[in-house]
Amino acid sequence: MTTETLTPETSTGTDVVNLTNVTRWYGNVVAVNDITMSLGSGVTGLLGPNGAGKTTVLHMMAGFLAPSRGTVTIDGKPTWRNPAVYRDLGLVTEREAVHSFLTAEQFVLACAKMQKLKDPAGAARKALELVEMTGAANRRIGTFSKGMRQRTRVAAALVHDPRVLLLDEPFNGMDPRQRMHMMELLHSLGDRGHTILFSSHILEEVEQVAGLVQVIVAGRLAASGDYRKIRRLMTNRPHVFAVRSSDDRRLAVALIGEKSVSGIEMEAGGMTVRASDYGSFTRALPRIALEQGIRLHKLVPSDESLESVFSYLLEA
Amino acid sequence: MSTVALITARGLFGRRRALILLPLPLLLIGLAAICRAYDLPGDQWGEAVIVGLGFAVVLPVVSLIVGTGVLGSEVDDGTLVHILTKPLPRRDIILAKYAVAAGASAVTSAVPLFVAGVLADSAKFGAALAVAAVVGAFAYSALFVLLSLVTRRPVLLGLVYILVWEGLLGRFLSGTRVLSIEQYVITIANKINPSTILDSEVGLGTAVIMSAVFVVGCTLAAINRLGSFSLAGETS
Repeated sequence: MTTETLTPETSTGTDVVNLTNVTRWYGNVVAVNDITMSLGSGVTGLLGPNGAGKTTVLHMMAGFLAPSRGTVTIDGKPTWRNPAVYRDLGLVTEREAVHSFLTAEQFVLACAKMQKLKDPAGAARKALELVEMTGAANRRIGTFSKGMRQRTRVAAALVHDPRVLLLDEPFNGMDPRQRMHMMELLHSLGDRGHTILFSSHILEEVEQVAGLVQVIVAGRLAASGDYRKIRRLMTNRPHVFAVRSSDDRRLAVALIGEKSVSGIEMEAGGMTVRASDYGSFTRALPRIALEQGIRLHKLVPSDESLESVFSYLLEA
Repeated sequence: MSTVALITARGLFGRRRALILLPLPLLLIGLAAICRAYDLPGDQWGEAVIVGLGFAVVLPVVSLIVGTGVLGSEVDDGTLVHILTKPLPRRDIILAKYAVAAGASAVTSAVPLFVAGVLADSAKFGAALAVAAVVGAFAYSALFVLLSLVTRRPVLLGLVYILVWEGLLGRFLSGTRVLSIEQYVITIANKINPSTILDSEVGLGTAVIMSAVFVVGCTLAAINRLGSFSLAGETS
């Protein structure tokens, strides 16, 4: 279990959601252990294996669970026992229950009315358009597929244009096209300055939507920030690069003498280089190639995927 | 009518459980009508039908079904979250749901009791029963709405209150009657229109004050409890 959080400097100084030394326990079980986390505008992925404490963290942020210790605030205001925070907060829980006897339009309109919006009908229409549910707006939710119910719930959470949107496994039940559309929607909301946090156990989804991640392992915050930068902070693990050049064998001979290179494997169509120091290697490679008169065709960090970062954090 | 009350009412009457509300009141009216059709005097069958069935079963069971239905079912299926994630004071949510529950229970209980009262004695007696049933519906509903928030088995606990506390202990231990809504209802009806059919076991002051205590106390407790409503983590 990691005891140190890998946190690149990414804070913009305009953090909206703040968790400070938050601990939550159920009886003798510690579900969340001393987490300090800040979220600013943009899309952030909340990652962690099953049972890590993701949903507990989301529920505390959403004011549906009291922290046993520490504080959870949105815009400086505590979320627990404070319904006023829902003016700026939208929540899509993992549980997909919706009032099935209502149509999508009635449901989203009811949410707009409960938000006391000036033009609830207009806001409901706009929210349904955002999630591409206009065509089915007059159908009862009970007749919807899982993906349609999910999009309706997202529309309801977005109807008041909240600054902060929390989503627990939002892509569940969606087909690939709906998934793509939802990713684009989250992207555009993030670009417009909204603070979006979504949990997912599918790393590919998080990688496509969020550059920033919060990784929770066994109730602790294992890493926080841009996952590529997090990877570079893992100095105890060699960085792996896929390299292809005009003369791979000669480049390999020259590189092996470099201090930052810890290993090279020759492969068909290139080589894999393991470097102990990311910065030194990426500076040395072009210099050596130039000295040797070798043309570089490809240089790709091959273990900077979120999957690699995540597996390294779990192993740590 | 508030949006919360509208959703609650549609949820309540749009579900099959609303059909469960019908047999008991119909049974009450049917039995009273049969007794009347055979020209039996009201004081012979009145206590068994009006008190034994009307006040001891129809009123509390209808209030239990409705009172736990307006909130308990939304807690169970998770739809309550859609209402709670709105900047509404928890007081407004509870009062809206309570008003729907008490109103529906009052109408469903007071109408058959009024009819049974008319058939047993007079319109005035029927009106006394109806007023008492309305008071009882408000007290029971407050209790059962609160139970929906303090336990995962509100129906079971409600039945224990109705069958064990009021039905069993209330017969043998006089002290338990002070906390029996059924006894308040009987007393209130008997004071409005004294009748040999009804047998008051608590004073009017106790009945009125304790009914108010149930309504106010349980409602305030429910508001406070809803403010601390927690979601269990499914993946945490």
